[in-house]
Amino acid sequence: MSNPAITPELIAKHGLSPDEYEKVLSILGREPSFEELGVFSVMWSEHCSYKNSRPELRKFPTTGPSVLVKAGEENAGVIDIGDGWAVAFKIESHNHPSAVEPFQGAATGVGGIIRDIFTMGARPVFLMDSLRFGSIEGDSEQAKTNRRLFAGVVAGIAHYGNCIGLPTVAGEVYFDESYSGNPLVNAFCLGILRHEQIARGAAEGVGNPVFYVGAETGRDGLAGAAFASRELTEESKADRPAVQVGDPFREKLLLEACLELLATDAVAGIQDMGAAGLTCSTCETASRGGTGVEIDIQLVPQRAKGQTPYEVLLSESQERMLVIVKKGQEDVVKRIFEKWDLPYAEIGTVTDDGMMRVRNGKDVVVEIPARSLADDGPLYFREAAPFTPPAPLDLSTVPQADPSAVLPKLLSHPSIASKRWVWRQYDHMVRTGTAVLPGSDAAVFIVREANKILAAATDCNAVYCRLDPTVGARIAVAECARNLACSGAVPLGVTDNLNFGNPHKPENFYQLRAAVEGISEGCRAFNVPVTGGNVSLYNESPAGAIDPTPTISMVGRIDEAAHITTQSFKEAGDQIFLIGETGSELGASHYLLAIHGRKEGAPPALDFEKEKAIHAALLGVIRKGLVRSAHDCSEGGLAVTLAESCFGNGLGASIDLGAGDQRPDVVLFNETQGRIVISVKAADVTSLEKELAVTGVPFRKIGEVTAKADLAIKTGANSYSWSVDSLNESFEGAIPSLMEG
Amino acid sequence: MPSVMKVAVIQFPGSNCDTDCQAALASFDGVKAEIVWHKETSLAGYDAIVLPGGFSYGDYLRCGSIARFSPIMGAVRAAADAGVLVIGICNGFQILCEAGLLPGTLMRNKGLLFRCENLHLRVENNDSPFTSAMTNGQVLEIPIAHGEGSFVADEETLNQLNANNQILVRYCDANGNVSPEANPNGSLENIAGICSHGRNVFGLMPHPERVCDHLLGGTDGRGIFQSMIEAVQKTKAK
Amino acid sequence: MKAVVTVMPKPAILDPAGVAAGRAMEHLGLKGVRSVRIGKSIEIEVDGADEKRLHEICHDLLSNPVVEDYKLEILS
Repeated sequence: MSNPAITPELIAKHGLSPDEYEKVLSILGREPSFEELGVFSVMWSEHCSYKNSRPELRKFPTTGPSVLVKAGEENAGVIDIGDGWAVAFKIESHNHPSAVEPFQGAATGVGGIIRDIFTMGARPVFLMDSLRFGSIEGDSEQAKTNRRLFAGVVAGIAHYGNCIGLPTVAGEVYFDESYSGNPLVNAFCLGILRHEQIARGAAEGVGNPVFYVGAETGRDGLAGAAFASRELTEESKADRPAVQVGDPFREKLLLEACLELLATDAVAGIQDMGAAGLTCSTCETASRGGTGVEIDIQLVPQRAKGQTPYEVLLSESQERMLVIVKKGQEDVVKRIFEKWDLPYAEIGTVTDDGMMRVRNGKDVVVEIPARSLADDGPLYFREAAPFTPPAPLDLSTVPQADPSAVLPKLLSHPSIASKRWVWRQYDHMVRTGTAVLPGSDAAVFIVREANKILAAATDCNAVYCRLDPTVGARIAVAECARNLACSGAVPLGVTDNLNFGNPHKPENFYQLRAAVEGISEGCRAFNVPVTGGNVSLYNESPAGAIDPTPTISMVGRIDEAAHITTQSFKEAGDQIFLIGETGSELGASHYLLAIHGRKEGAPPALDFEKEKAIHAALLGVIRKGLVRSAHDCSEGGLAVTLAESCFGNGLGASIDLGAGDQRPDVVLFNETQGRIVISVKAADVTSLEKELAVTGVPFRKIGEVTAKADLAIKTGANSYSWSVDSLNESFEGAIPSLMEG
Repeated sequence: MPSVMKVAVIQFPGSNCDTDCQAALASFDGVKAEIVWHKETSLAGYDAIVLPGGFSYGDYLRCGSIARFSPIMGAVRAAADAGVLVIGICNGFQILCEAGLLPGTLMRNKGLLFRCENLHLRVENNDSPFTSAMTNGQVLEIPIAHGEGSFVADEETLNQLNANNQILVRYCDANGNVSPEANPNGSLENIAGICSHGRNVFGLMPHPERVCDHLLGGTDGRGIFQSMIEAVQKTKAK
Repeated sequence: MKAVVTVMPKPAILDPAGVAAGRAMEHLGLKGVRSVRIGKSIEIEVDGADEKRLHEICHDLLSNPVVEDYKLEILS
């Protein structure tokens, strides 16, 4: 089969600009082969090279005493958690593949992030997901499509995670028109390892054999990495056969085999074949090792007959790894992979000439300096549009809705409503470490082998980010930290998934830059490093860009099991306190969005010093054993928080927010930051007040837990009361009734 | 502490509750639980055998259909015939049914979706080595996590299961009522677990190993393992 | 009208179930297994539907055109 001639059309089809092609010519000193063009195309896509975002990403704080592997060095960052143990964690997007085929797109997204973690030598222990879809309400074709995408993505995550045996312990799901046709699927995985087990993705040791292990290569997801870096258009639906199919069973075998192999002394380097498959793994390992790698395509295990070198190089078949084996230890690989019934093949060697060289038998089809491919890619400093801060909300234009009707309506808004329909499909208990079930502020997971308690949360309010990306990103970090504090944890590190529109559009690029700055400020304030993450640009559909969505996942540590705190009220007679101010900021709130159909105003302000003081005060009283429940205020404000705390144990609450002339809708549904509702035993009230008074944070008693399952709230001259059962029905019933009719 | 029971936890390719079962068993004094790879062919010296949950061979063809042909299954069958205790949890139950060591089969959940949640089970019969430490009618809170757990059998089989008191646990509500609303997957007669005619082979869809620790949502699963330990001790004392 | 619809994974698409079943056949001693693909067979009895409409149903509902092909056979 002869390769096509290199024409300007072919170059454009590979997503390379004329300038980028000039760079290719100068690196090679000649015209590239067809295979080389494909290699440059995927390696220099945004997905692999971060060419549009790298200058921004450098702003993140990435160092700290606990950082063992820094962001960007390897597949995932690694953080020390004490006693010789460490965690590797990362979040990654699979947005575009999920838009095309939701089930397989989401499934392979989960598979990819799990591989990133065990490539580091870590045993994966739990998963989380951050998902965004267009509205699923109503009978429109768009709503039907969104429901299909939602159901498919959840089923795909369940399929992969359940089969491989990793619990999906937390996550978030939001619904907003801006994601119609361009859903977001961000998958997170955390793994545990001993410090000495950290594996590197470098091709070390000239003369060492290069092994291919795992599933055979087929024509899966051809040029998927390049595909992920383009806007979704009507045309891209024709890309459909490019979708790759995940095989969680094979990945389970691959995971066990790789961890067994890494426990031996046989491995010099290991790298998963993610986006851009064989291409990316060979040139990245060579580049990191300061070596070259030479492989022969004909030795690669193949599923389909008659594949061209181009196809094999660019295939995105899943569940494959590249392993650099120490010379003389080839038999160890053979023994372990035969035990696990997995294909393996020695396909090449590490060389000393710095070249990524691919042969097809005798013919050399690719010969590129590995370092220039991985490190000398194009870099763009895009233009950011000037930012106009949103006009503050003019409250006089917002009609007062009756809180009695608003609360059930907010609780049944799909973004706020219970996600039980989602997490009931995920095995969230396998590996027997889940101490707090999904649906709470943060997941709490006991890692048996390390005897450590970890907490994790993932957050991003994209409405805030749309209106003011810097503030929105700050809040995303603060809310994660607050969720961890509510569960009794201190933060250890952050991984982020930056989901934005086309960066060539200055307004989109501004959002990216501002969000990175907001996240950086937040991480510095909480003194946590960004350990890695993922950038997904070009999230646009014919209707326009998505709301900017810089998803934050934060991992924390809980010192003692006794500190694990959950959000449900525990016993009648317990006293309820609000830590933080009552608040008044209604701009960008879900009340405004869900009840009045308005996405406007300035998002609530965030003061890191206040926020940190509140978290510290809360943790202080949790550690003193005074707190029976803690739940932060987020979408829907104080009223939603109180209702959610009533759910779970069939209790009610009697609340008095005191005198004041504020509008009741403002008092109940504002989204002022830095607020936490806690409950304490009546006998502990004095101790609690004493402890909190010392910290200087604002707090006050607002009521008590009641045996009668009613939520009664008094504010100023107004009183409201709801049956907790009926609120719970709104909360639990919303998504099932939309999805099952 | 002297060893009172040595347990083999079979690891099939795709098993994923193997180490969970091992850890749950290890939390009992004197119990030694070892992972045994499915390519082994002997189970000599083990007092009990666990077929753990997971997705053996991906559960792609039918749940448990390929695992039943694993080399180790000959030894499992021989042990079962010799009266050794065999418990199959979730995927393990499916494998035991496919292997013919238990009657009936497990079909796709009525609601078609995978379901993972805490549920209630009623102990129907405590005259077995798996339920003897509990009382008849006792309500246990134990989670399920499966997509194909709807127990199906023909009428004659069902009659025999009832007649021989082989139905050991049924899905019920918090008060112990066995009702259609409490049935998570459409199982016949709310059946959650059955034992063999000889009573030494037990299969159940719920996961007792997940509720053996206060920190992980309860200890209602311990009664099943406690029963097994007591049964083995009794046999050994003879 | 009676029809049988056969839904199969597209030729280029990985079929994990087929791969797992094929390996199991080899383990059971069947030599030379070259390919196993697992699909579905769907039997339909319907009054007064035309073939074109059935094709639409096959494409939109019974198969996932992203990863599967279908074959529609009208029996009577």
